[in-house]
Amino acid sequence: MKKTFALEDLDCANCAAKMEAGIKKLDGVRDASVSFITQKMTIDADDGADFDALMKKVVKLCKKVEPDCVIKL
Amino acid sequence: MTRKQKKNLIRIIISVPLLIAALVLRHVLRLPSWAEVLLFMPAYMTVGIDILIKAFKNIINGQVFDENLLMSIATIGAFAIGEYPEAAAVMLLYQIGELFQSIAVGRSRRSIAALMDIRPDHANVLRGTEECVSPDEVDIGEIIIIRSGERIPLDGVIIEGSTTLDTAALTGESMPRECGEGENVISGTVNIGSVIKVRTTSRYENSTVARILELVENASSKKAVTENFITKFARFYTPTVVISAMLLAVIPPLLFGAEWTEWIRRALIFLIVSCPCALVISVPLTFFCGMGGASKSGILVKGSTFIEALAHTETIVFDKTGTLTSGSFNVSAVHTNGMTEAELLDIAALAESFSNHPIAQSIVRAHSGHISPERVSDVKELAGFGISALIDGSRIFAGSEKLMESIGVIPICHDGCAECCSGTCVHIASESSYLGHILISDEIKRGSHEAIERLRSMGIRTVMLTGDSQAVGTAVGSALGIDDIHSELLPNDKVDMVESMLDTHEKRRLVFVGDGINDAPALGRADVGIAMGALGSDAAIEAADVVLTDDDPAKIPTAVNIAKRTMRIVWQNIVFALAIKLAVLVLGALGYADMWISVFADVGVSVLAILNAVRAARRI
Repeated sequence: MKKTFALEDLDCANCAAKMEAGIKKLDGVRDASVSFITQKMTIDADDGADFDALMKKVVKLCKKVEPDCVIKL
Repeated sequence: MTRKQKKNLIRIIISVPLLIAALVLRHVLRLPSWAEVLLFMPAYMTVGIDILIKAFKNIINGQVFDENLLMSIATIGAFAIGEYPEAAAVMLLYQIGELFQSIAVGRSRRSIAALMDIRPDHANVLRGTEECVSPDEVDIGEIIIIRSGERIPLDGVIIEGSTTLDTAALTGESMPRECGEGENVISGTVNIGSVIKVRTTSRYENSTVARILELVENASSKKAVTENFITKFARFYTPTVVISAMLLAVIPPLLFGAEWTEWIRRALIFLIVSCPCALVISVPLTFFCGMGGASKSGILVKGSTFIEALAHTETIVFDKTGTLTSGSFNVSAVHTNGMTEAELLDIAALAESFSNHPIAQSIVRAHSGHISPERVSDVKELAGFGISALIDGSRIFAGSEKLMESIGVIPICHDGCAECCSGTCVHIASESSYLGHILISDEIKRGSHEAIERLRSMGIRTVMLTGDSQAVGTAVGSALGIDDIHSELLPNDKVDMVESMLDTHEKRRLVFVGDGINDAPALGRADVGIAMGALGSDAAIEAADVVLTDDDPAKIPTAVNIAKRTMRIVWQNIVFALAIKLAVLVLGALGYADMWISVFADVGVSVLAILNAVRAARRI
């Protein structure tokens, strides 16, 4: 399952790269990309995965890297 | 400007007079150092408070090499060693730079988004009365009305009226297209003539505009090697610089008894230039602008990795039919062996009437009368050779010379036709005797000559693959000046040819160009697959890496040029940013640089690199 989310106030390109690396390491994530330029996050999760639970982890992780950035769920 | 940017701008505007006032007061009054700290605190805090807060949060979250934290340490350090004006000024300049950077990125992001703003927002559908609905609520076969100035929301056929369409947003072609009743219209184009009524032929999610948007929006996921390299580099760069800063601050005073404040000051310069932002922002941004610039010309690129590959094109392999030639075949002559021309055409049209092949279709089109399918049975398509069918009970073969050979019939030509050797020829035979042949001609596209010529002048080798006879292949190929011509290939031979030509050398890329209808495997196998005029074919859009929205081959050298320019700008930015940072690091270590210069090396370089990146979006 692949979903795309808009990001708000993602101000630092290096943070985007860190988020991407972090999300890729989460369980159940097949692939992920965080684009600083298009301000979008794409997550490709395993089909069996609980997406909502996964997104909670993603939000927490992003908050850690860049507290200002809001993921529009 | 966004709200956040406005807020930052106001803080900067407040902070500047505070800093100037502090500088003046410090000069006039002779204050003790604790009072000087207080003097610069308002200017510093106004711009720096959020950085300090973020830095504090990041320590808690274990993000040590975060730029906020590094800036905080650098400025607090400057306070500690008595460089108060520098501390406040560095923070202020840093925020000004960040603001510029944010505005520049936002602007280029919006200008490219506007470029791809082809999404139709409504459809006027006729359901008894006219209703204005969202395009995804319209079914296939409904009638929609498009007025002048409106975007066509769904693919369809004009059933009433004729008009002029502006296709520039889709194809980059500035010449408007005339469209009359019965003609197809493509969603995403703009009606600039009069009112038309259109019967829809697709739902919104399958329409051209939705497919293009999907392609463009997903483009960022396939990243170039250079882009990934920069991300990895950034991961090592910051820690390396920070560790060197620590060593620089500690070793000379400890081992050689040097002055502490001086070496700490030098170390702080390292911290300020330790952010790799100039690279991390400008490299992806350059690729993004390059892809945006390409789409302005009707060249849709699926990811930055293909920009990189295109820039290293060594060989371009073309499919002939539909790519270099127009692919719209016409029957140019009918030569018979005994029966009348009408009779031969009748038999041929019946045999070919079940095939979708463009050549078969052209024969069916040339047949004037009605084709009754019940006269045909047991149709066998022999891929790459032709077709066999039972017509009125007797077996008929229609196809290439090879097919005739395989059934043991020798083609005869009474008319001594020279054209037989230069055009495509469909031979028709019964089981025992040769009946005649039909000559099909195919035009070379106007853009093909220009394309091949420009590619040659760029030093790129051109190859043409075709399933046609050697005579046809050579005629077309030599007319265009193609370096290598391979003819009489079956569909899977093309894939094998592409595979054998692939070079394992990293810097020499093979590009395959096809019209996408039966080239999907070869498109997928090549380093870069370019599908042209492929808006109608899902398979081609899937398999291709680059999609040309119209079918003009002259776009191919343009695509290579855009890719080369993009790569040039990428490397300019990498070299420029690294050179400046390295220079400041060396000067800083030797004691020749001050904090002012190091802030420029950080945010100033970022802003310049961003402005340079935006050049990639310009039209070639």
